[in-house]
Amino acid sequence: MDELEEFRTIFFQECNELLGALEEALSEIESGHADSDNINAAFRAIHSIKGGAGAFGFDGMVSFCHNLESVLDKLRNDQIVLSHDLARLLLRSKDIVADLVDAAQSDRGGLENMGTDVLAELKHVLDHGEAPSGSVAPAAPAPALVVEQAPAPKSDDAQNAVEENDEEEEEETASEREVIIHFKPEPDLIRAAIDPLKLFRDLQALGCVNVSLEKESIPSLDSYKTDKCYAEWKVSLFTAASNEDIEDIFFFAKEYASVTFEYCAIEECSTPVQSAEGAQSKAPASVEQKVEAAVSKASADIKAESGKEADVVAEGAAGKGGKAPITLRVDLGRIDRLVNMVGETVITQSVLAQQASALSPEHHGGLLHAIEALSRQTRELQESVMSIRAQPVKNVFQRMNRLVRELNGALGKDVKLVLHGEQTEVDTTVIEELSDPLVHMIRNSMDHGIEGPAEREAAGKPREGSIKLSADHRSSRIVITITDDGRGINREKVFEKAVERGLFPADAKLTPEEIENIIFMPGFSTADAISNVSGRGVGMDVVRRNIQALGGRVFISSTPGKGTVFTMTLPLTLAVLDGMVIKVGKENFIIPITSIIEASRTDSHQISIMPNGTRVINMRGEYVRLINLGNALGEPLCEKNCQVLIVETEAYGQVGMLVDDLIGQQQIVIKSLETNYKRVDGISGATILGDGKVALILDVDTLAQMNLGSNSYGAFNGFSETVPAEDDSAEAA
Amino acid sequence: MRKKILAIDDMKTLRDLLGKVLKNAGYDVVEAVDGVDGLEKFDQSAPDLVITDLNMPNMDGIGFVTGARGKENGKTVPILVLTTETNEALKQRAKQAGATGWLTKPFNPARLTKLVDQLTGTRRG
Repeated sequence: MDELEEFRTIFFQECNELLGALEEALSEIESGHADSDNINAAFRAIHSIKGGAGAFGFDGMVSFCHNLESVLDKLRNDQIVLSHDLARLLLRSKDIVADLVDAAQSDRGGLENMGTDVLAELKHVLDHGEAPSGSVAPAAPAPALVVEQAPAPKSDDAQNAVEENDEEEEEETASEREVIIHFKPEPDLIRAAIDPLKLFRDLQALGCVNVSLEKESIPSLDSYKTDKCYAEWKVSLFTAASNEDIEDIFFFAKEYASVTFEYCAIEECSTPVQSAEGAQSKAPASVEQKVEAAVSKASADIKAESGKEADVVAEGAAGKGGKAPITLRVDLGRIDRLVNMVGETVITQSVLAQQASALSPEHHGGLLHAIEALSRQTRELQESVMSIRAQPVKNVFQRMNRLVRELNGALGKDVKLVLHGEQTEVDTTVIEELSDPLVHMIRNSMDHGIEGPAEREAAGKPREGSIKLSADHRSSRIVITITDDGRGINREKVFEKAVERGLFPADAKLTPEEIENIIFMPGFSTADAISNVSGRGVGMDVVRRNIQALGGRVFISSTPGKGTVFTMTLPLTLAVLDGMVIKVGKENFIIPITSIIEASRTDSHQISIMPNGTRVINMRGEYVRLINLGNALGEPLCEKNCQVLIVETEAYGQVGMLVDDLIGQQQIVIKSLETNYKRVDGISGATILGDGKVALILDVDTLAQMNLGSNSYGAFNGFSETVPAEDDSAEAA
Repeated sequence: MRKKILAIDDMKTLRDLLGKVLKNAGYDVVEAVDGVDGLEKFDQSAPDLVITDLNMPNMDGIGFVTGARGKENGKTVPILVLTTETNEALKQRAKQAGATGWLTKPFNPARLTKLVDQLTGTRRG
């Protein structure tokens, strides 16, 4: 049973992939690309699911898949015409299949009642050649279908148990008797690689056989036709084997031959005789047999293992031939362990490098050279390992199709989801975290953003709304945008509500961006009636918190009447980053390289104070807000000759950060601060440096946000007394 | 000498299941993912029997049977089609191509083993 369990797991994994392929193909079909490639792809996917379901005895699933498959088959053969209704029906059917797979996986009951309405519609298509008008299924045929989907037996063995019982009864009554078999092959028998001689030998294994050729059926040589088969045999068999066993010998041959069986009078026989097969399975195996079986099983397993290796080798060879690469399924846990080990190796390597840096190249040239090589290799190793875990966002994106379909139904809206850049790859750890925020944001767009069809028409928009979901890589982050063409955010209403809820005083002066981002605040909801779709407004603030916990950001921007754009950015991986080690006071910190734009020595003349107390630095004519990291981190800067790092933040543009020194660039293995300590604002994680010390990784965005106020710069006296105020130019900036 | 069986199916679950059943029955199993792969493995491994799916990408089961029967060493090897299809026309095409037999999924492992034993001339007990 364990083995079966293992297969089940693989089957369900495979089902998910197949459902993805099915979704893709059906979506293409729905969007008007109903070419044979897509229909065939859909057909193959559902066919494979059906095959697997059959093997595990999920009869309900088989029956459903079969009907869906039949519809696709008719579509493929142009026996039915694709309509919009039919395309949608196909998609809904796919959802039902997904549900059935889900239910089967979790061993939930109720399989038999699942999707009966959709099934009825599919049957309607099969019978009438078109989808029933309107989405509601005819109720009448449904009950009959329920019967068909009788509770699935647990396994294929169980399924055949009934048959086998019958066989056994037959076996017990069977005894030695004569069976006359007439066997007249067709010429194709040989082409099908069936050897008559072998059939006779098989019969011989059952008992005493007497084969005679029917000579009269063979014509004289001159009337012989070379493409005909004239041979015909009569076999007399004395056996106790069951009828089933005898006929089974001709199981395949009978397709290419005419075979008749005559069972002659049964002689009295007191002892029931079991068939050869029955005897084998019931007789206790001797010790030798058991040992032999164990040995053969072990060697088969070993061969299977080496077979797998061969597959991997074959991949390289096949790659050249332009064939699809062979893939290997590996448990994610194993890869995670590998990633961790590589991470540790990277740390050790940097410890080595640091220790070795004190050595003189003259005496330790070889060692230093090797350490240099090691650093290159660990980096490559790390990249290769990370690329194993990279996955396209497609799987997550495609799941949103279903969400949109279901919300269309629930909200009475007509929205189409358009996907872009679904091949964009990102680390598995990130992929897993993408789904929830996406669901929330799409729900939000569908519930609050996009208007009902009537309202849209009145506003001069197409009835069908659209949500575009796109992914893209930008400077080692993944950027995901969700763009809808709905009514946009009603800023007045949002502000009004925020004031009403006491989030802001009524006289607060907020920029349009700030107002829009209110929707990410806890306890805020603008829905006039709380719907069960977007819930009670707990969604968006949770979304933001979750995304931030991953080192990601989310913003919203909207144009009234035109639509809303959610932008979410996340790191490509949650495991490593390239960091700049900086010194603030006596401590070392890390700033992600990707957010650093430039570093320079500061000159007091470049710094100005704004009327609200904010310091800005003049970088080639551009004014950039400054944050004194010494103050922000409670680790006062000690040197007068500070350096400034200009970093790019997502919400606040460029920000300058004053630090004591830049130590160097280094690849950092991220260790979670949250799991080891607790969450700290402004700190995204920690790492271990080459000298074995822990260094905190700074979250520049949060730091920029935390230090928005006028006193953020604090009593930083390195410059404040000497810097002349250049209010005019500062304001101009 | 253990008999070798080539199992062709684009679905890994089915290949694995088939492989397990056949290995337990004492056969060596070679797996292939589609008709093209199947023909390649057919040449490499010279199987005693082939079990193939019908619906597969690249080259379907019928393509495989035709291809295998066209080979000098492929004329006497039994080829079973194991499929969920019950389509009679398709079955006729498979017969035309030279398939030895037709089995429908879901298969009963004991039954499959029995038929495979027969075709490969394996005696048990």
